[in-house]
Amino acid sequence: MNTTLTKTPSVSIEAAMQEAETKLAPKLVIFAWSGELDKIWPTLILATTSAAMGQETTVFFTFWGLFPLVKNEVRITGDNWMQKMLSMMNRGGIDHLKLSKMNFVGAGPAMMHSLAKSHQIASPAELLALAKEMGVKLIPCQMTMDMMGLKREDLIDGLEEPAGATTALLAAQGASTLFI
Amino acid sequence: METLSITRRLDVKGFNCPIPIVKTAIQMKQMASGEMLEVLATDPGSVPDFNAWSKTTGNALVEQTQEGGIYRFVLKKR
Repeated sequence: MNTTLTKTPSVSIEAAMQEAETKLAPKLVIFAWSGELDKIWPTLILATTSAAMGQETTVFFTFWGLFPLVKNEVRITGDNWMQKMLSMMNRGGIDHLKLSKMNFVGAGPAMMHSLAKSHQIASPAELLALAKEMGVKLIPCQMTMDMMGLKREDLIDGLEEPAGATTALLAAQGASTLFI
Repeated sequence: METLSITRRLDVKGFNCPIPIVKTAIQMKQMASGEMLEVLATDPGSVPDFNAWSKTTGNALVEQTQEGGIYRFVLKKR
C-alpha cells in the first residue's frame, strides 16, 4: 500500500522522478496523530503539496492530532474534570501548539514563528487555510472527540463530518499513507 | 518563441517551500489548457520541486532560467 516504503532505498532522485509520472499514487492519506507544532507543520506542508500535485488528499486527525483543530479562542473543553484538566494542560488551537523538544514554556514556538516569518515560511494557520482552499479533506476522529470531550462546535469550520477508523482506512485504499 | 504567449504571471519571490508550488497549482487551476504561466521565485529548492511537479502533473516546464538569484519558470497548462 505504501509505495514509498516498498521502494528500494538506493533509488536515485532522478530515477524516481522519471518514474513519478506513472507511479504517483492517486491519493494521499495522512494520519495526524501528533498535535505538536513540529509535527503538524510538516503534515500541513505535505498535505498542501500533495493537493498541488493533483492527489486526492485526506488528513485524518486523531488523538493528540485533534487539538490543533480546536478554535484558537476556545480555552476549556470537556464535560468532566478530567477532560477539562486535559484541555487546561494541553491547550488546543493551531496558534497555540507546543514543540516536541526545546519548548521552553512557549519560548521555543515563539522563536520558531519568528524565524518562519523572517524567512517567509507559511505558518501552520496559513497552511491550514490553504489546505481547505485546495480541497484537502480534513476529518476529525469521532472516538477521540468523545474521549477528550471535544464537541463539533469546539472545532474550526471547514472540516468533514467526524468519522472513525473505517472511514480513514477506506480512504487509504490505494493511497500513499503517512502516520505523523 | 513560446515566451510570447505568456498570459499569467506569479511572483513568489522570497517565499519558501511549499508556497511556490502551492500558489502555482492554485493559479494553474484557473487557467485554460495551453495557457502559459511565468513564475518568479528565489527559493533554490524550487528548481527540483518545479521539475518534479511538472513531471507528476503533466504540465510542461517549457523554460527555466536563473538570473541574479531569481529563478524563472515557464509552465504550460496541459
